[in-house]
Amino acid sequence: MKQPSLRHVLQPKWRTALQRIREERARGGHGKLVILTIVGAAFWLGVFGVLYKILKYFRGVEELGPLLAGKLLGLALLSFISILILSNVITALSSFFLAKDLDLLVSAPVDWLRLYLAKLGETLLHSSWMVALMVVPILAAYGVIYQGGLLFIPYAVLAIVPMLVLPAVIGSAVTLILVNVFPARRTRDLLSIIALGAAGGVIMLFRIIRPEQLARPEGFRNLLDFITVLRTPTSPFLPSEWATKAIMGYLRHSLDPLPLVLLWTTAAAFVTLGALLHRELFAQGFTKAQEGAERFIRGGFWRWTIGGVLKPLPVAKREFVLKDIKLFFRDTTQWSQLILLAVLVVVYVFNIKALPLHRGEEVTFFYVTLVSFLNLGLAGFVLASIAARFIFPAVSLEGRQMWLLRSSPLDLRALLWSKYWVGTIPLLVLALILTGVTNVLLQVTSFMMIMSMVAMVALTLAISAMALGFGALYPQFETENAAQIPTSFGGLVFMMATIAVLGAVIVALWQAVHAYVRAVFDKQPVVIDAWMIGWFAVAAVICLAATAIPLRVGLKKMESFEF
Amino acid sequence: MIRLENLTKHYGSFVAVDDISLHVPRGVLYGFLGPNGAGKTTTLRMIAGILRPTQGRVLLGGDDIHRDPLAAKMRLGFIPDRPFVYDKLTGAEFLRFVAGLYGQEGEAVERRIAELLEVFELTSWKDELVEAYSHGMRQKLIISSALIHRPECIVVDEPMVGLDPKAARLLKDIFRQFVTKGGTVLMSTHTLEVAEAMCDSIAIIQHGKFVAAGTVADVRRQHQAGDASLEELFLKLTGGAHVRALLEVLGGGL
Repeated sequence: MKQPSLRHVLQPKWRTALQRIREERARGGHGKLVILTIVGAAFWLGVFGVLYKILKYFRGVEELGPLLAGKLLGLALLSFISILILSNVITALSSFFLAKDLDLLVSAPVDWLRLYLAKLGETLLHSSWMVALMVVPILAAYGVIYQGGLLFIPYAVLAIVPMLVLPAVIGSAVTLILVNVFPARRTRDLLSIIALGAAGGVIMLFRIIRPEQLARPEGFRNLLDFITVLRTPTSPFLPSEWATKAIMGYLRHSLDPLPLVLLWTTAAAFVTLGALLHRELFAQGFTKAQEGAERFIRGGFWRWTIGGVLKPLPVAKREFVLKDIKLFFRDTTQWSQLILLAVLVVVYVFNIKALPLHRGEEVTFFYVTLVSFLNLGLAGFVLASIAARFIFPAVSLEGRQMWLLRSSPLDLRALLWSKYWVGTIPLLVLALILTGVTNVLLQVTSFMMIMSMVAMVALTLAISAMALGFGALYPQFETENAAQIPTSFGGLVFMMATIAVLGAVIVALWQAVHAYVRAVFDKQPVVIDAWMIGWFAVAAVICLAATAIPLRVGLKKMESFEF
Repeated sequence: MIRLENLTKHYGSFVAVDDISLHVPRGVLYGFLGPNGAGKTTTLRMIAGILRPTQGRVLLGGDDIHRDPLAAKMRLGFIPDRPFVYDKLTGAEFLRFVAGLYGQEGEAVERRIAELLEVFELTSWKDELVEAYSHGMRQKLIISSALIHRPECIVVDEPMVGLDPKAARLLKDIFRQFVTKGGTVLMSTHTLEVAEAMCDSIAIIQHGKFVAAGTVADVRRQHQAGDASLEELFLKLTGGAHVRALLEVLGGGL
């Protein structure tokens, strides 16, 4: 029997994507396109600009320059490969085992190879597009600095494409094996293992890279040692190293075809092996993934604990909060992200601790204040990432049940209220601990401690309101995996908006803090004057607006939802 | 009592429901029939307050579902055609949650939950996560949730889909009992035998408009259908010629 083409097998996917674009256009979605273009261009220019400066500096350094440039590219590509493997594992679970089109494809006379290639392509596209976009300004900077010329563009594509294919094959294979090995009844629970693996991966990556070595050449016994470290590949078997060699070889006019050959042949071999593995294991894994979960829940743990605390609330709000907490802790795709969160926080606190501020000689008061101030922005960013993971998807996750909520007498304000506080309270606790601990580590003054704690509370209230509001504005009701909601367009817009608010609040607060630093520096008494109060008020108004407006807009949007 | 006044729904230029009016008094089980895509589900979802009508209004026991939604929804139990429920709640937890949405809690609710689970033979499953339920069991759970707050009106979309014969029979008895006690049921169905046997009155909708309404006898009379069965009447009113053509095509191919 003649087999359908890959294009045909993937038809529902690309037709759906095209239709979405058409619908966006019809809905006057040019705004979205404009936002994306501006953000994309600004981001690209930013990355390009920073790298251009660094590479220009490297180029000026005799001997060491190209080595440093190569090392930097190697590290960037290695990080990308690690991220890609993780995102491919998660995406492969959706595309190979949970996607809605699978019942149709598996029951149709489509052979295993078509199915594998189609799903591999889908996985690759979904998990690699962000990295692929990220690579563009990086390689552009290399191309410009080392005068790669126009031919560098197709050459770079040739070097990067197999580097994207390999993690897709590996990620899909890991998922395939896990689905087969893991007790079949709870496929989605795999994600907890994946998250743990990712946590380990992040720590491993830090150990492999040892970036602190490169930042402190004085730590090496002599220049020769430093050069030896630079010359040693991170690992000669990593595709990122081959891609680096291929690209740097081209740019330094010492073209060696071996790395490219290695990349392509390895990619081809991996696809073949992946396909064979798929032939052996997919049918069994797919069957296992179909089996329903069976879990008996007897205890009323949440009812007696949280339920008791919430007793003063009206019954509808109380039941709603309880329901949200139960769903969160029973859904592995959601709670497993807490592991990543813990790693993020540990790495963050560790980095603050590792700052050489209080070692040896006395560091100026100015630097401690500056760092603790910047810490506010960074902690805000960490909280925004957490809100994107846990609060942003809240409205989307109600999608299929919206018939119940809309046909019941539940006031949508109560729904939004419940979701807001269920997300905000844990975030607030985390924010205060994060700021408190890092401030103690930095040994800041009590003025800075109080100011940053108050600012953090206001920022957290705003960040969760924005996460919820943007989540309602850009809902993803049809998603098959909650972990994918934050990486949608709406998630991007939320992060951008939050960064803008963070920036505005920090600029406003800096005006006030600057006056304080100057007073201390000049050994003058600190006076809380109209200027300071004025800027604190500006920061407060920004936070207030960033809390109230998104909630209001989100509520309006929810009222207009139609199912 | 359910009253629809000039109810209209547009999706862009497509008119899904076109200026329909209907009055379903207390104590009546009303059948809502029509071919696929005729506008039944859209109408029922407007009645439940899930969709906003482009024009017209819906009154439940005198309360406008869009002007005074909370009061109107307190009177309503809605059973959708697709049983989407929270997979990670147990059956009992889901019913408790729904009762909470209607402001009900305490011993009375617990008794009601036990009673409904017993009636629908879900007692042994009550502490099991819903994700382990079959389609029919989910449907039974949703029906239980629509009854938990003792509504005055039930709006139900394709209630028999996925139910085993025993549960289907049970549901028919429940609905009959419910209207006998003064409740109102508006039920869309494709099962014409069910509609003929159960409903006091019917409305047939096509292309968003009513093509017939009243008791089955009234409709027969209006369309001079003699002793025709409801199926024949339905096909006559909704384009039965297509069915015959379709049968010929299928017959040729099989």
